[in-house]
Amino acid sequence: MTTEPYAIEGLKNVLYIDLTNQTYSIVERQDLYEKYLGGIGVATNLMLEEYVDGTGPLDPEMPVILSTGPLSGVYPTCTKTVALFRSPLNGELGESYAGGHLAMSMRHAGYETIVIRGASRYPVYVAIHDDRVTFRDASSIWHLSSAIDVGQVLRRVEPGAGRRSIIRIGPAGERGVTYSSVNVDTYRHFGRLGLGTVFGAKKLKALLITGNQEIKSPEHAEYRKMYKTLYETIVKTGLMEKYHNLGTSENILVLNELKGLPTKNLQATSIEGVEQISGENFAEKYLIRRVSCAGCPIGCVHVAMLKRPFSKAHEYETLNISYDFELIYALGSNLGVTDPEAVLELIDACEKTGVDIISMGVVLAWATEMQQREKISTEETMGLNLSWGDKASYLRAIDLIVQAPNDFYSALGKGVDYASKKFGGEDFAIRLGGLEIPGYHTGLGNVLGLTVGARHSHLDSAGYSADLKSFNHPISDEQIVDYIIDEEDRRSILNCMVACLFARNVYTYENIIEALRCIGIEKTEEDLKELGRDIFRKKYELKKKFGFKFEDLRIPKRFFEISSTTGKLEEERVRRAIELYRQKRGV
Amino acid sequence: MMAKRLKVANPARCIGCYSCMLACARTWYDTISIKNSCINIQTRGGIETAYAPIVCHACIDPPCMRACPLGALTKREGGGVRVNKDTCDGCGNCVEACIVGAIHLDAEKKSVICRHCGVCTKFCPHDVLEMIEVEDSGELKVMDTSPVSSTASHKDLYEETQSEAEK
Repeated sequence: MTTEPYAIEGLKNVLYIDLTNQTYSIVERQDLYEKYLGGIGVATNLMLEEYVDGTGPLDPEMPVILSTGPLSGVYPTCTKTVALFRSPLNGELGESYAGGHLAMSMRHAGYETIVIRGASRYPVYVAIHDDRVTFRDASSIWHLSSAIDVGQVLRRVEPGAGRRSIIRIGPAGERGVTYSSVNVDTYRHFGRLGLGTVFGAKKLKALLITGNQEIKSPEHAEYRKMYKTLYETIVKTGLMEKYHNLGTSENILVLNELKGLPTKNLQATSIEGVEQISGENFAEKYLIRRVSCAGCPIGCVHVAMLKRPFSKAHEYETLNISYDFELIYALGSNLGVTDPEAVLELIDACEKTGVDIISMGVVLAWATEMQQREKISTEETMGLNLSWGDKASYLRAIDLIVQAPNDFYSALGKGVDYASKKFGGEDFAIRLGGLEIPGYHTGLGNVLGLTVGARHSHLDSAGYSADLKSFNHPISDEQIVDYIIDEEDRRSILNCMVACLFARNVYTYENIIEALRCIGIEKTEEDLKELGRDIFRKKYELKKKFGFKFEDLRIPKRFFEISSTTGKLEEERVRRAIELYRQKRGV
Repeated sequence: MMAKRLKVANPARCIGCYSCMLACARTWYDTISIKNSCINIQTRGGIETAYAPIVCHACIDPPCMRACPLGALTKREGGGVRVNKDTCDGCGNCVEACIVGAIHLDAEKKSVICRHCGVCTKFCPHDVLEMIEVEDSGELKVMDTSPVSSTASHKDLYEETQSEAEK
């Protein structure tokens, strides 16, 4: 473990913002950054310091932590910020990542980490311009129907065009839908686990950050060289080809072919008419531009244009909507929607109201199956007949979930776990660890990764990749468990940097070590691996405090009824793999 | 050597990665910064609308030079100016004179103006920025008389992989 002082001036502080008293302070935490570098490492430790036993996810005392890493804004594709909170959706570890301009804006404002404490009595937005933090009344933009439009207002009243980041919530976050997202610079999000709900409870409508500080590497010549090496690896080799080209939505056809694309609430794993919602079709017919997170030369954000007539006199409105694999799964295949324009309209509705699209898709899919099985009727749905592919009903349902006019819609706004406990249909409420599942039904690696993952996200370990590997060359269950453990630890390190996981094969241990060295931070591969294990232990300490128990984990029957890419899963096999994981992890 | 200058060749291809700005500051200011860059990738309505790259236009008769009361700015071969930092006192007249908005003052109140060195073009993944050959006076040259191809300027992605495959 190095005891070298942190090399770059300014990369050592925490900005504390108190919404209750509208005050702020900056605290030097060199100790934390030296040991944990930044990102998830620093955030996890700060959460352990902050968390008082028994504090609920939406209590004012429950903090939100935003943290960047030593490579943020410093090297290409290190564009993410981690948000740590307690999830109002499942009560567990809330951990979510977003790109956009946020990491770079925090870097140049001079803050590595921001801790938001307390709650305001009335709607506010917080503006951070370098060392000046202001709290402004946001009552006039509270109730705005679109999270996107919040940006339009704040851009007018605050300076910093081109260098600022504006993160904000929509009506869903204000109204307490437990899977509300925080929109980051229009096209990126803190999507999963309900950070938007926490913002809403704090009456925090938006946070804007910008600054003009610069930093300097003590090894500038070497830094320049390393930047160029990484840049050229990213831009000029095929290592990130997928993201240069169709983006993640190239996987729609792949997973459909492999019978691993959850369809109609995971009653099937492939869908007729899939070509219509393929990444290829979206690119050819609707893609109009691609944009980047600040500091990333890839441009993986795919923006589609939807031209929609609104009268018979050739009058049109155009909507620009970003899409990717998970969204097409959630609002496409899993809802039986194969009309690409319908998928785009549904995405647009979710973007405006500000919800996690994966969770919303699963909630709607479950409700549809409930109605088809006549476990609920038009009485609960207030007249809607939810059926696969019916865009118009789904658009209305999204609106009703946010408005919550009755018990049923109110329950849907609390996630599929809550709703199925209240109305039945738990066996086909497709969630693991209380979180609605992403778009994979590939086998053991996927179910295991989602179940044991610290935040039950496919991004914890990408267990589906282990399945896809074993599809070609069968590997043992123990190897799958090992794959997940290795991947979790490797991703913990990337999440300290905080690099975009799309660039995970560029930021190998070797490249991370060299990138750190070129800004004056000495770490060995063993240091980093130990750090990964340390963070894992700390996360479990936190999870335990939030009430997580392996014994409480339930896997709905649906996962065992429907054959996956690698065949039918047996419950016993998954149980054994979880046991093996626990033994190896010592948790 | 032919005189060269920077040109925003394909503004609509900009993805807003800011690699050019970082390259400029890294090269000429030895810092990690998007402020002390001679290029300014602006937004006009967040990233919902097209990016607007603001770069020095390499004027043939530069208004900034005329506005400088101290003679700190002198004509550059190929258009635009060179800044003599020792002479510059940070009055900001050049900033006012540049209606393009391509000039600002750094932390030491010295004028920051593009040298047309071209380092930014090496870090532009989408050929937004290009170096073009011009007369010493800065006048544009007639270089190409072939029919126009809308993708001619686009670099091949993965050039190394491809050349390796060819080998």
